[in-house]
Amino acid sequence: MNLARAIIWRLLQAIPTLLGVVTLVFFLLHLVPGDPVDALLGETALAADREAMRQALHLNEPLQQQYIHYLQGLVSGDWGQSIVDHRDVWTKMMERLPATASLAAVSLLLAVCLALPLGYWGARYAGKMQDTLAMSFSLLGVSIPNFWLGPMLMLLFSIGLAWLPVSGMEQAGSMVLPAVTLGTALAAMLSRMARSSWLEAMSMDAIRTARAFGVSERSIWWRHAARVAAVPVMTMFALQLGAVLGGAVITETVFDWPGLGMLTIEAIQRRDYPLVQGCVLLIALFYVLANVLADVVGLLLDARQRHV
Amino acid sequence: MSRRVVVLVSLCFSVPLLVLLLAAWQGLDGYRIDLDAVLASPNSQHFLGCDALGRDVLARLAEGLKLSLFVGVLVVSLGALVGISLGMLAAWLGGWVDALLMRVADVVLSFPGILLAIALAAMLGPGVDNLILALVLVGWVGFARLSRVQTLSLKSSAFVDAARANGVGVVPIFYRHILPNIAAPLLVEASFGLAAVMIGEAGLSFLGVGVQPPEASLGTMIREGSSLMLVQPMLVVWPGLVLFLIVMAVNLLGDAWRDRLDVRHD
Repeated sequence: MNLARAIIWRLLQAIPTLLGVVTLVFFLLHLVPGDPVDALLGETALAADREAMRQALHLNEPLQQQYIHYLQGLVSGDWGQSIVDHRDVWTKMMERLPATASLAAVSLLLAVCLALPLGYWGARYAGKMQDTLAMSFSLLGVSIPNFWLGPMLMLLFSIGLAWLPVSGMEQAGSMVLPAVTLGTALAAMLSRMARSSWLEAMSMDAIRTARAFGVSERSIWWRHAARVAAVPVMTMFALQLGAVLGGAVITETVFDWPGLGMLTIEAIQRRDYPLVQGCVLLIALFYVLANVLADVVGLLLDARQRHV
Repeated sequence: MSRRVVVLVSLCFSVPLLVLLLAAWQGLDGYRIDLDAVLASPNSQHFLGCDALGRDVLARLAEGLKLSLFVGVLVVSLGALVGISLGMLAAWLGGWVDALLMRVADVVLSFPGILLAIALAAMLGPGVDNLILALVLVGWVGFARLSRVQTLSLKSSAFVDAARANGVGVVPIFYRHILPNIAAPLLVEASFGLAAVMIGEAGLSFLGVGVQPPEASLGTMIREGSSLMLVQPMLVVWPGLVLFLIVMAVNLLGDAWRDRLDVRHD
């Protein structure tokens, strides 16, 4: 009961945040200096065209009316129309979503497969060579900008060795380099978290007791300590489900991967403001969802967090 | 700080430093277009060769590096100033001010940081000013939350009470009594913030929503270089390498400070 109540409370807490997110995205259009219509059509546009654009963006209405209009549209599934090709923003985003979803899934899988062994080695052999190697990878991973790692991997594996395609998503193996680029930073953060949580778990009194009872070292690491260490690691993983979308914006642009991130940048380059707003809002919604999920994971795995 | 960290940090800093010194010694103009030197290989005149417009790569690297450091330090300073002031004020006043600030912080943190910076910079328009503004708008939140939590825990401590009882004003209490006691975690936040901002500046410029050509930024150099990888691969190697090394050095310093000051940082 306590658990259910805590989860519901957490979900309710997300509502004002979501409203704030929507409000910020709404105001993005009003950040455009001067008249957004000038930015879109140029100052020499015909008066009739300008008026049509104003109508399309509801810029003639008072601000609060525009805001209510925007909220109503979002709720009823009308996220606006692209200025460039007049197609529905929602449809355009949904066309691109599968590419991003598959890239994100593979990157996250890769990150977990790298991070858990590295975190384990780091903790098990703390202070020794294995630890140094694992933590060096982690430091490299958090320090290397993905818009440079991408071109470097391309240079080595696509141009130098000619093993993998340079960009796009048509050929076999074209996902390898984007997934490695996107997964590296995630793996670096996750392995760091795994190492420190595992080490902290190993310093518990319960571990000393388990040792005194003659529990095997392997069982101590993988059953007793791992369960405790899993809470922060799983929480961070849930957070990364959202964070990966932020990284995807740059990685997709580097590799011409036709996902939501690349759509965002294309929209920015074409000043397709409704589409920019839609993409930013959709990614933020996923991000908020991941944050809520992270807290729910914490609530499920750790009874101490359930006291509201 | 362990000797190993000192050696590593010095090694990482040495390459960017060498770039700055060599460029200053050579004194070449990174904006001078020389069509006879288009994509020139490294030679005695141009140590790192020239880019697609015949501009000296070393000089442009130095320009981009200076810009990156300038933006990094400025954004972190402004973010810290705004964030720490608001965070301390919120903790001190409590009530609706506190609630409002925390809601605003929640909203900013509901976006992937880089995405929000991209969106803000794209809407505000290109240029260094707007780039800095966008990065500050995203970056102040970390400082605000951290200083708020830390101030809350000190607000009712004996030495703050003593200062109040002696008639010390709110502002002196903030910077003479509370700030020195919460400086350690803020310093750690600032060092990781600096690394993030430098990557952010280059990233936004890479995407075309930050620094605009012909101005040199490590990000625009990486973008220009990636389109010429088949012809002159070193054009994309150098700017990224310099950025990567400097970011790694800052991260190493942050780690070392965190361990030394015994700060928990997520």
